[in-house]
Order: sequence, then C-alpha cells, then structure tokens
Amino acid sequence: MGKLFKNFTKKDLGFIGICLILIVLQVALELKMPDYMSAITRLVETEGSSIKEIVLQGVYMLLCALGSLVSAIIVGYFAANLASNFSKTLRDKIFSKVLKFSTKEMKELETSSLITRTTNDITQVEMLISMGLQMIVKAPIMAIWAIFKILNKGMEWSILTAVCVFVLLITIGFLMITVLPRFAKVQKLIDKVNGVTRENLTGIRVIRAFNAEQFQMNRFEKINNDLTNMQLFNQRMFSIMQPIMMLIMNGLTLGIYFIGAFLINNALLSQKITLFSNMVVFSSYGMLVISSFLMLAMIFMMWPRANISAKRINEVLEKEESIRDGNFDEDTKIVGTVEFKNVSFKYPDADEYLLKNISFKVNAGETIAFIGSTGSGKSTLINLVPRFYDTTEGEILVDGVNVRDYKLSVLHNKIGYVPQKAVMFTGTVRENVSYGDNGREKPTDEQIKEAIHVAQGTDFVLKMEEKYDAHIARGGTNISGGQKQRLAIARAIAKNPEIYIFDDSFSALDYKTDVTLRRELKKHTKNATSMIVAQRIGTILNADTIVVLDNGNCVGIGTHKELLKTCEVYKEIALSQLSEEELLNA
Amino acid sequence: MPRPMKGAKTPEKSKDFFGSIQKLLIHLKPWKYLLSLAILLAALSAILALATPNKLSNLTDAITKGITPKTEKLNKINEEILKNLNDESLFEIAISSSLSREDINKFQEINEKINKSESSQQAFFLFTNIPDSILNIILKDITFENSHISIQDQKEFLKVLSTMNQENALEKIDALPESISNLIKPSIDMEKVKDITLFIGSLYLISAIFSYVESFSMTTISNRFAKLLRSKISIKINKLPLKYFDTHETGDVLSRVTNDVDTIAQNLNHSLATLVTSLTLFIGSILMMFSTNGIMSITAILSSLLGFSFLAILLGKSQKYFIKRQEELGNINGYIEEVYSGHNVVKTYNGDKEAILKFGELNQKLYEANRKSQFLSGLMMPIMNFVGNLGYVAVCIVGALLVSKQVISFGVIVAFIIYVRMFTNPLTQIAQAMTALQSTAAAGERVFEFLEENEMTDESHLKKHLEKENVKGVIEFKNVRFGYNEEKTIIHNFSVKVRQGEKVAIVGPTGAGKTTLVNLLMKFYEINGGDILIDGNSIHDLTRENIHELFCMVLQDTWLFDGTVKENIKFNKENLSDEDIWEACKTVGVDHFIKTLPGGLNALISDNDTVSSGQKQLFTIARGNLEKAPFLILDEATSNVDTRTEELVQKAMDQLTIGKTSFIIAHRLSTIKNADLILVMNEGNIIEQGTHEELMKQKGFYEKLYNSQFENTI
Repeated sequence: MGKLFKNFTKKDLGFIGICLILIVLQVALELKMPDYMSAITRLVETEGSSIKEIVLQGVYMLLCALGSLVSAIIVGYFAANLASNFSKTLRDKIFSKVLKFSTKEMKELETSSLITRTTNDITQVEMLISMGLQMIVKAPIMAIWAIFKILNKGMEWSILTAVCVFVLLITIGFLMITVLPRFAKVQKLIDKVNGVTRENLTGIRVIRAFNAEQFQMNRFEKINNDLTNMQLFNQRMFSIMQPIMMLIMNGLTLGIYFIGAFLINNALLSQKITLFSNMVVFSSYGMLVISSFLMLAMIFMMWPRANISAKRINEVLEKEESIRDGNFDEDTKIVGTVEFKNVSFKYPDADEYLLKNISFKVNAGETIAFIGSTGSGKSTLINLVPRFYDTTEGEILVDGVNVRDYKLSVLHNKIGYVPQKAVMFTGTVRENVSYGDNGREKPTDEQIKEAIHVAQGTDFVLKMEEKYDAHIARGGTNISGGQKQRLAIARAIAKNPEIYIFDDSFSALDYKTDVTLRRELKKHTKNATSMIVAQRIGTILNADTIVVLDNGNCVGIGTHKELLKTCEVYKEIALSQLSEEELLNA
Repeated sequence: MPRPMKGAKTPEKSKDFFGSIQKLLIHLKPWKYLLSLAILLAALSAILALATPNKLSNLTDAITKGITPKTEKLNKINEEILKNLNDESLFEIAISSSLSREDINKFQEINEKINKSESSQQAFFLFTNIPDSILNIILKDITFENSHISIQDQKEFLKVLSTMNQENALEKIDALPESISNLIKPSIDMEKVKDITLFIGSLYLISAIFSYVESFSMTTISNRFAKLLRSKISIKINKLPLKYFDTHETGDVLSRVTNDVDTIAQNLNHSLATLVTSLTLFIGSILMMFSTNGIMSITAILSSLLGFSFLAILLGKSQKYFIKRQEELGNINGYIEEVYSGHNVVKTYNGDKEAILKFGELNQKLYEANRKSQFLSGLMMPIMNFVGNLGYVAVCIVGALLVSKQVISFGVIVAFIIYVRMFTNPLTQIAQAMTALQSTAAAGERVFEFLEENEMTDESHLKKHLEKENVKGVIEFKNVRFGYNEEKTIIHNFSVKVRQGEKVAIVGPTGAGKTTLVNLLMKFYEINGGDILIDGNSIHDLTRENIHELFCMVLQDTWLFDGTVKENIKFNKENLSDEDIWEACKTVGVDHFIKTLPGGLNALISDNDTVSSGQKQLFTIARGNLEKAPFLILDEATSNVDTRTEELVQKAMDQLTIGKTSFIIAHRLSTIKNADLILVMNEGNIIEQGTHEELMKQKGFYEKLYNSQFENTI
C-alpha cells in the first residue's frame, strides 16, 4: 500500500495536510460539544439559571456542530477529489503499462486478472482513500482525545468504558478470526455453483441424451448444500454482531448512570452537581470512544482487502517489460521479405525449447504456410515476427532488418495480423475495419468496402440495417464467429500491409467461404507476403513453401508435392484429412 | 455482516413491484411460522427499545433527586434549636448557681443584641458567642426525625450556619456535623435506582436476545430460501425445451442462479426485519414522544425534519451522479476488457495511441462522475450527524425552558435525547430498506420469470417403453415437417428410411442446420408434422427418456464436467467396475494416455492443462462407448483437434459405429464417402440425398462442396 501512495503528487499531499488539520479541528469541535452539553445540563439543574444562558450554550454547541459539518464537507470534498484523482492516475498508469506489455506479460498476469486489477482493485483502493482517509485519521485522534478528556472524570466510569471497548474488540476479533477465512471459501463455493450450472447449460444436450438430469441435479444439490451451510454459519455468526453492539452501547450508558448514582450518593454535597454533569458528559464521550473503536475495527476489516488490491496493482506497475523498443524507422531497400535465421525459442523460465533452430526465407508476393499438430509451435513461430515474444536464439529479419532494431510501430505497420480468435471492438463495422494507425492515412470508404468485399463480408454487412455503419456490440456478440473472422481479415486487408500473418484465421469459415476468400485475397494481395498457420491441408495445399513443424523442430520444408514424398509427418497429417487418391488429385 | 459502503446503488426498477413481492411471499410459505416469529420479534425488540427512554428518564430523575439538598430541613432544625432559647431556659439560667457573673453578663448582653439583630445570620453568629456554660443550659439534646443531635453538634451547626451564604452553602452543609448533615443532605433512593437499572438492563438484554433470535431466523430463512430457489432453477433447466436455450444466453441464466438469488437472499435477510423494526421504532417513537410531552415532541420532530428535508433534496440531486458513475464505470470496464483481450491486435495495428486517447476520455468522464458522487455520498454521514446534533440542542433548549418552568422533569430531556435518535435513525433505514426491496422485486421478477417459463410437454401419459436390447435399429422419417418458428418451416416433407446398421452422414456448410436433424431424432424439439418411427414406433408415443436410452450421442463440443476422468467417463451409469471403464478406454485407444496422467483414472480434469481437446474428445467417445445403445449420433471433431490425435479420434469413432445404426454429422467429406446415405443440408433444408457416387454424378451442391476442398487458390 505504501508504494502506491508514492503516486500522490505534492499537491495531493498538500490537500492531505489540509485534510489532516481540518480533521483535527473537526475532532476538537466534536469533543467540545459534550462540554456544552454538560454546561446545559448544569444550568438546567441549577435553580434560577436564566434561559438566556442556556440558549447561549445551545447556540455555542450548534456552532460547534456547524463548524464540524463545514469542516467535514471540506474534508469530504478534498477526499473525493483526491481519491478520484488518485484512481484516475492509477488507471491511466496501469492501462498505458499494459499496452506496453508483450504477450509474455499478458500471459503471465492473465488477461482476466489484468482486467480486475485495472477495475475492481483500483476501486478498492479508491474506497479506502475516500472513506479511510477520514476514518484512519479521525478514529485514533478521536479515541485518544476522548479518552484523555474523560480520564480524570471518574476512575469507575473509565474502567467500565474500557471493559466495553474490550468486549467489543473481542467480539469483532472473534468474528474476524472465525468468519473472515470462510468468506474466501464462500466465494469458491459460489464459483462452484456457477460452474455446475454452466456445465448443466453447456452440456444440456449431452445430459439429456444420457438421461443424466438426476445425476447432475445431485451434483448441484451437493454444492448447493455446501454453499448454504457455509453461508448459514457465517451469517448466523454475524447475526450476533448487531445485538452485541447495541447491548454494549446501551449498557455503557446505563452502567455509567448506575455507577453515577452510587458516586453521587456517596459524594459531598458540593460535588454532586459536578459529578452529575460529569456523568452526562461521560456517557456521550464513552459513546464517542466506542464508536471510534468501531471505526478502527472497520478499517481493520477494509485494510486487508485494499492491501491485497494494492499489491496486485503494484505487481502490474512494477512488471518489467520484456520487449524493448528499437529505433530503426527508415525505409528499407527490400520490401516484403521475412527471414528466420536459426531461430530458437523458449519461455524464459521453461526448460524445454518450443522452437528449435528454425531457418527459412520468404520473399515478397510469396506464401509460406506452417502446419503441424497442436503444440508443434506454429503459432509461436509466427508470433515472433510482430515481436509478441523475442527469440531466445537466432534472429528474424523483416525486409533485411532485425525485428529487434525496428521501432515497434514501424515494424507493426508492415504487418497485417489476423489472430485465431477474431477481436472486435465496440463501434461500427467501418471503425472495426479501419482500426488502428498504419502510419499513413486512414483507409478511404472505397478501401474499406473493397477490404470487406475481399474478406467475403459484403453479403452479411449489407444485410445489416445500418450496413457499414452497423453497430458491433462489445466483443462482437451480435455477429457470428465466422462473420467476426471475416471482418478481422478485412481489417488486415484495409491496412494494406507488406506482410500478412494469418494465425489459423480460416478455421471458423466453412470450406466454400474459405476457398472464395483466399482466391479473392490472392488477387488482391499479389505483391504481399503471406504467412499462414493452418489446420486444414486444403488451406495450404498450394503455398509456395510449407514448413512442417513437429515438437518445435522443422521436419520438412517444401511444396505440397515435395513434402508428400519426403516428409513422413506431413504425409501422416495429410492422410488423416484426405484420402491418398484425393491428395494426388489435388 | 459489515460490508464496505458503496456509493448509493441505484435500484433496478421492477415492472410489477407488488406482483413480484407477492410471488416472493408465496414462495416463502414453507417458512411462514419462522417468518412470523422473526417479524414479531423484530417488532417486539423495537417496542422494548421504545420503552427504555422513559425508564432511563425515571432513573435520571431518581439520581437528580439526590442532588438538591433539603434546605427546608435546615430551617426546621434551626427552629427546633432556637425553640430552646425561651423563657424557661432564661429562667433556668437565672436560677443557676454554677454560672459565673461574667458569663451571665455576657449572655445578657448577647441576648439583647440577638433580640435587636436584623438577620437570622447575625443572630446565629451572636448565638455562637454565648459562653459554653450557658449554652449548655440552653441547648438540650434534641431528636429530629429520629436522629439524635447532641449539644456539641448543635453548637457546631450554629457556627456553620452563621457563616453560610449563597455561594458556599453546599460546602458549608458538607461541613455540618454528621448527625445534622445526614438529615439535610439529599440521598438517592438506591433501592429504586437498582430496581430501575435492573429493569432497563433486562429490557436491553431481552431486546438483544430477541433481535439475535430474529436475525438468526431471518438468516436461516433467507439462506434456505436461496437454496430452494437455486434448486428450483436447476430443476427448471432440465424441464425447459431446448428452444429456450437457443434464444437465451448462458450468462443470463447463470446470473439468475447466482446474482439474482443472492440479491433476494441478502435483502430478505437485512431489509425485511429492518423495515419492521424501523417502522415500529418510527411510529412508536412518535407515539411515545407525544404521550410524554407535546411541545418537546413537536420540537424534536420539527428539528429532525428540517435536517431531513435538506438531506432529501441533496439525495434527489445526487441520484443522477450515482447513475452516471455506474454508467461510466460500466463503459470503462467494457473498454478495458475489449482492449486487454484484443491486446495483440491493438499492438500490431498500432492502436495503442488511439486506445490511450479513448481511455483517457473515458477515464476523465469517470473521474468527474466519481468525484461528484463520492463527495455527495460522503456528505450523508456528516449531515446526519448535524441533524442529530440539531435535534439534541433543540430538545435541550426547549427542555431546559420547560424544566425551569417546572413543566417537566430533567429526566424527560434525557428521554427525548434518545427519542430524537430513535426517530431519525429509522427514517434513513426505511429509505434504504425500500430501495433494497425495489431491487429484490426486480431480482425476484427475473427469477420467477424463469421459473414460470413454459416447460416441455408432459409425457406421464405415455406408457410405451422400448427396451434397448430388443430394438433392431430401424428409423424412418415420414413426411417430416419442422421449423424452429411456426412461420418458417425449414424441413418440408422429408422422408427417408434407414435400415438396421446403416451409416447416415449429414453434410453441409457451417450453419446449414445439421444439428436440426439430431434435435428431431432425440426429440429435443417436437416435429410440426409427419412422424419419425423407431422400429415402427412413432416417437410421439415414446417418452424422451426412452428415446434417449436408445441413442448414444457424442458431440463435437467435448462436454466434460469438473471431476475425475473416471467420473466423466462413467457419468451417470452405476454399477460399473474400473475394468469396464478401462475396457471402454482401450476400445477408443485412450487408455495409454490415461495411464500417463497423475492419478490415472482419478486424475482431475479441471486443473489438467495437459489434456488436449482431442483427448477430451476421446473421453467423451469412451463415455458414449459405455452406453450400449442401438443408435449412434456422432458429431465429428472440428479442425481444432491436433492432427495426430485426430487419427485416434477417427479410429475410435469408427469403432463406435460398429453394429449400430449411426448418424454422423460430417465436417470432413473424405471420411463419409462410404456412408450408406448422405444427406446434404444447406440453409436449414435437406437439398440432396444419396450415396457419394450418386451425389457426385448429380453435379449439384455436394459435388461443389466436395471439390472445393482441392481448389487451387493459393
């Protein structure tokens, strides 16, 4: 948490200082009020005191209350500004930081976790600042000051108050120790209930086909039971909190009065009135002490959560970026070539190489395809070109220049990348296709339409009501997987890059669309280089070069016909998809 | 349960608030006694709390009685003493022989002065100057209110009295000899104090116990209720037709099971009792106040309302900022999710500058909304405090006025200080509880809406049952007509007869409706016209359960649940030994792989990343293999299965078809060339049917589809 607070600016710290002073003032005023209360009490009790005097004391007290209100409002204003500004700055920092991450960091921290870190975790910290700032400062000052004020007003009362605070803390402590660890478990059980329900929904056909409804119901009921019992235990434990708190607060007042009766009865007549007003004052200070401790207890409950959040945020901010930007941003003599020179790759903390000693070269206008079983390293291989990862050994040259030397934005401008899972952004079709900044002008309407046409998307786009301005919902949920994939391909085309990278981008398309699309694409991108990862033999049959990968090793490079003769792995893959006769005919 | 305070959430509005609440209450019927008890206890505990201020006021009054000295007694004792200075005592002095001349002279001198003295104070002073010898004669032991006052004490008393004035009166009384001061000093009726304290203490304790029992009961009810709702939803899922899930998203149903049920349970737990308690307190405190003192009541209520109207205005104004904040939070979260999950695309398209710009904009908007809503929600507590203080002062001032006019006792003020608190707290709580009820109604509406969805047709009247051992495996589609919507028929008059052991392939591009036929076969959907006959029996006469028994189904989306390999393969079949399972695994060729898993058959699938999708597919095939059914439905693996495993899967699937009448949804045409019948589907319709050779000869859709695999494109 401390580290995060370093994000406060000098101005923020100034505000915090002002808040601090105001909070002290607030406490002082609030603690002054019981004095006026006691003055009022004394006046009421003493015969013959004038109403004027009582009203005067009342006005003083109200002035105190008003002063405390005003200072609370000012503190609230600063705190709200401070907290929102702090969270804004943090969000900005994390977001920019994440954008600098490479795939490696994204994988290590996990996308879903990064999302919660940028949203929920920051909200947690923000809440601690906006509420906590006031409480963390106020509660201890209030508690200590109030204790000092009443310390000399009666030993017996002080002991009673101490006992009450003690009981309160014991109760809270007990609850925290017994129940808090179970809260985490509740979350897990809720996840499980969710999980089984999700299973029931996604597997509904299977479950019904197997007549396994009762079987699944039993599984659900078991977890449902566990969850209910855990919740019952926790909440029943917590049920005791409220009555005990009320009992302590009420009991304290009553106890103070009861003890007061004894003290007054045994006191000298001259001290009775003083004692009486002390008693009234004490009962209000006692409340203040108790409520301060309650506030402290609340902070103790909030703190661990916020602290975990702070740690998670720091983890992101302190994460070292593994990809360093180069500075080459000139035009290259050659255009559209990609060359792998003895490239090997492994994850930094892994023992096994994912790619071993891969070398090949592809020239402008050529198509190179990569095939192999899952885990053979084909996706990893093409991910090295746009530097999602850096090679462990060897080098990759794009247009004759090492990718590490390029300014990342310059390198990326040369590449049109289409991932396996199409990514859509909220916005229109047009915005999605013209996404990004290719270092030149944004594509024209004509170019966008052409790109969509090539990607075989014109039909479905025109079917939508707003056509090219049709809205794409968050995550592209309002269009099908195949449609998303086509728009993602259109996006790459609209960018008009030197090098296309298709990471298994065609598998969401059916054969026919796949074929037409690639035919159109070929026409459109005569001069561009294509790098294709594919599962279907049919997709890559006619590539200029096919690279066969097996366990990270390149086990064959050549054309389809060549590989059929020379590469056993290739033949095996091919035969699993097409019959021998079909292969020869192809 | 202490929850971190959130910026006041805007409640989701329900369409029919009362209807929803009514349904909720109907569903709560099993707990009606416990619920009534809880509500009764909530009210009782509030009533007990209401009774205490008056008692506390009595206690204060009892204590106050012990503060003011009984000055009237001072005078009485005085009179009693001075009574002795009468003719009788003068005579006694005169006849006394033991007195010295000097003393008598002095006495006479003083006596004269006393008679002339203007104030009693002066007289007392003079009195004390009378020589002891004479005083001893004048003063006699007296008994006042059963208390013996010695002559010595009387002398002392007179001495003190002589120097007493307004300021030092109390100290002087303290200095009086004990026999007298005991009479004058006020005393608290300690017995009464003890009684009242004990009484209030018991009230507090009983009230606390009531409130605990109430809270315990409500917790029990709400959690049991939540459990019931979850079970009901889960059962309902099994009763709904598949049609429902085609039009509703998984996330939607999921959020009903968790979020909505949770909202209901939480609010039921907290709001219902709070509402009862608060209402009781609110009404009760008004009644109690007025029964105690009218003027004070009006003061208390007016001063609190003044504060509250201010708060209400503030709340009304701030509502829009809270909504705005939620909106902005939603927007920014959505954007973050989008950019993070599309990280690679954002980077390669150099979209980061754009992203940072857009994020900055959203962030700024959130900041503005955040700042305002936080400030406003932060104002609540201080303003509430101020309202409390305002009420306090008003009550004190007016109270003091009334006390001085002796309209009320001081205790009433103490009582009212508590009443003001009792009156103001419930107001906020009632408002909160109402908001909570609103969102409960909205959540309840969503849950009940789901529970009331139309279920699949009842089949309890169907008595026919086909034993799977006796079914030969003949299926006939007879003029089948079907459409997902009544308006749009996609299968018109489809007829085909499949003989025992035949292999039927269903092919077509993605989205062609290949699963439709499966849906009809499995009676997941009811056909609109015609009939499907299994061994000559109409599926209208067979229960879904019976039909499902006859089919073994392996789908391409490998559905495995969170559990061990064994549990997943065994699924709902009982009485299967490990050998049986190994046997099934061996048949599909996944036994070697299972042996490499840590724990073998008992390996957990959820946290095993080593299980590839192809291997998962093999598990589901093994599962299907255990189902010894006459029919088989097979949805072929997609291209996402890695090629090596694919071979295994292919072999396993072939194994599965042996001896069964099978329907295969084919994605790869090469594998089904030997099928006895190929059904070609496009846009929901069956457009061609026949064997591979026949279809190729037709040079229709199938032929194009088939040849597109080898087209020269790249």
